[in-house]
Amino acid sequence: MKKNVYQYILSIADNSLILGQRLGELCGHGPNLETDIALTNISLDLLGQTRSYFQYAALLAGDDKTEDDIAFIRIEREYRSILLVEQPNTHFGYVIARQFLFDVYHLLFMEKLQFSKDETLSAIAKKGIKEVSYHERFSSDWVKRLGDGTEVSKLKMQEAINDLWRYTDEMFHVSASDKAMISEGIGVDVVALKERYYAKVTEVLSDAMLEVPEGKYFQKGGKEGIHTEHMGYILSDLQYMQRSYPNMKW
Amino acid sequence: MKAALAHIEEHLIATLETVSDPEIPVLTVLDLGVIREATEKNGQIHIKLTPTYSGCPAMDVIGDDLETAFAKIGMTTKVQLVLAPAWTTDWISEGGKRKMEEYGIASPLDETGDKEVLLGNAKIVKCTNCGSRNTHLVSQFGSTACKALFKCDACLEPFDYFKCLK
Repeated sequence: MKKNVYQYILSIADNSLILGQRLGELCGHGPNLETDIALTNISLDLLGQTRSYFQYAALLAGDDKTEDDIAFIRIEREYRSILLVEQPNTHFGYVIARQFLFDVYHLLFMEKLQFSKDETLSAIAKKGIKEVSYHERFSSDWVKRLGDGTEVSKLKMQEAINDLWRYTDEMFHVSASDKAMISEGIGVDVVALKERYYAKVTEVLSDAMLEVPEGKYFQKGGKEGIHTEHMGYILSDLQYMQRSYPNMKW
Repeated sequence: MKAALAHIEEHLIATLETVSDPEIPVLTVLDLGVIREATEKNGQIHIKLTPTYSGCPAMDVIGDDLETAFAKIGMTTKVQLVLAPAWTTDWISEGGKRKMEEYGIASPLDETGDKEVLLGNAKIVKCTNCGSRNTHLVSQFGSTACKALFKCDACLEPFDYFKCLK
């Protein structure tokens, strides 16, 4: 039971960790000062949530495990994040598309997680909802601004949405350990979020004068630890200090 | 919910008032409402601290500062971070809001007003420099996680607005 909860926490927290790391790459590299600050603020919120999850996971794991061990000392196959969040910052359109496609899901997810029977997960979600709703507002606004912007911005925004669309379905896959968590009232039944997710995404895309992609072929694997080629590169950055100087403290 | 719900023992207040938010130094931790409990048990101070935002980097510093403040009067401190109930801007004291305004940060509006402002539908936030309400949102994310960036269209000065959190 404890082991299931531990795994379940990783499957939630790893999304925030990896996306937070991706956004962190943009620190000092945003297209303008305000967006730079916004993206790194979002990164900070996500990493803050990650810390709360990992501190709890470390407590469940016992054996003097720390949040840092969980964040840094795992191999690629042990990270449970979805493929979407590890996709690179190809251009600003991709940064926004990835954020938007994740935020809509993330908010729906947190809104359910706050009713989890697990008190700590519920507390993290209640706190996180406030932050995530700001993220969703930010990314939705930018999708509209770029989609309904110039000819070039529209083209780039559409290209990013089309490319990342294949990673959306994975959010609604339920693993065997998720199933146990859902039946115990701890986990969120993500299948039930699917319809609202695509409805919300469609609403924003049509406001943005963008097409909803028709692609029916979806990629999956992240939840089982099978990642795209981009994951190894993020981890080599993320884990660098702990691999080079084991047990170092900040 | 009001800050009054926090359980703080009377004799600890003076010391707590010496600890301020490292990012908004005019606010003490009591003004900010992040201390949820402060009690003395068997010669040790037990403090429950709640973060404003999950990733707020000030929390670690505040934790250290609390320990230092009590160490100065010969007390040891145990600081525990609590997440529930989640912090809200309602817990900022009235005095705290006033100090914040004087410092140049517009204090949070109520929930409805805040939404209107951040969606760009209303001009309600008062410029901390000249007092005009002819202001606009520059960015939903400002210099720290808890603030948005505004600009006054009357005096043209930029200023921070403390976002409403409920």
